[in-house]
Amino acid sequence: MNCKTMVIELENYLDEELDPSLRAEIEQHLGKCKKCRLIVDTTRKTVQIYCNSEPAPLPEEIHRRLHDALMKKLRSKNCQC
Amino acid sequence: MSTRNVQPVKPHPLPSQVVKEDEPALVAAAKSGDLNAFDTLVNRYERKIFRLAQNITQNKEDAEDAMQEAFLKAFEHLGEFEGNSRFYTWLVRIAVNQALMKLRKRRPNQVSLDEEIDTGEEMLPREIEDWGPSPEEKFKQTELGEILNEAIQDLDPSFRIVFQLRDIEELSTEETAEMLGLSIPAVKSRLLRARLKLRQRLNRFFRRSDQP
Repeated sequence: MNCKTMVIELENYLDEELDPSLRAEIEQHLGKCKKCRLIVDTTRKTVQIYCNSEPAPLPEEIHRRLHDALMKKLRSKNCQC
Repeated sequence: MSTRNVQPVKPHPLPSQVVKEDEPALVAAAKSGDLNAFDTLVNRYERKIFRLAQNITQNKEDAEDAMQEAFLKAFEHLGEFEGNSRFYTWLVRIAVNQALMKLRKRRPNQVSLDEEIDTGEEMLPREIEDWGPSPEEKFKQTELGEILNEAIQDLDPSFRIVFQLRDIEELSTEETAEMLGLSIPAVKSRLLRARLKLRQRLNRFFRRSDQP
């Protein structure tokens, strides 16, 4: 295991999709390589920060137009009944 | 560089904040004609679906149209939703289709999700610095939102959409591959590159300030 192989397997490692032997090799490498530990740590934080990020509030006019469109759809559906 | 982190970082499942417990009940009520239940689902997901559409189309008007059409289609076809997947995943699938149609209409010759990726690119990150335990706390919510948005907009479209679906919408690799018509290795490869590129772009904001 070297740094390049570790980076290639990073996605599978973060998503826990590695077979146990390769995982053990990576963890052994991480125990010795501070650079790779930082790569794993900062990449994981990148994913977590995006995953936890809240979308910006929807502008009021966009929210209103969406609900108007749904009401219109609902009325036309009711008319067909 | 900090020397505190001497143990390997143990992976743990990424957090899930997408589905609330009452979603199946709301969907069932909406299917039986309870419009307030559907309205609750719309209010819950409109911001996320708009962000998704905006990240795909890169255009506010197209994103609004795609979002509207997605909710209208979901409403119209709610009876066909069988509950084999999460309602949110079903809604995302509809929204992705609508957004990709808008994008292809606007840029018919520029949108290809299955282009070969240059595998000769050096993947080893250049800037490797410690970010500390909670780097995002250095910023106010709105400022953080701008930083994250700017970084993701800089990604290649085929990387951005895969990252959006896998790491923001929390779809599985298989769901993402199926939704985008990509192979599983192609999704994994794009996701890895997207994560590394975003890590690199965020580094200057999040690195510990006591580093050179």
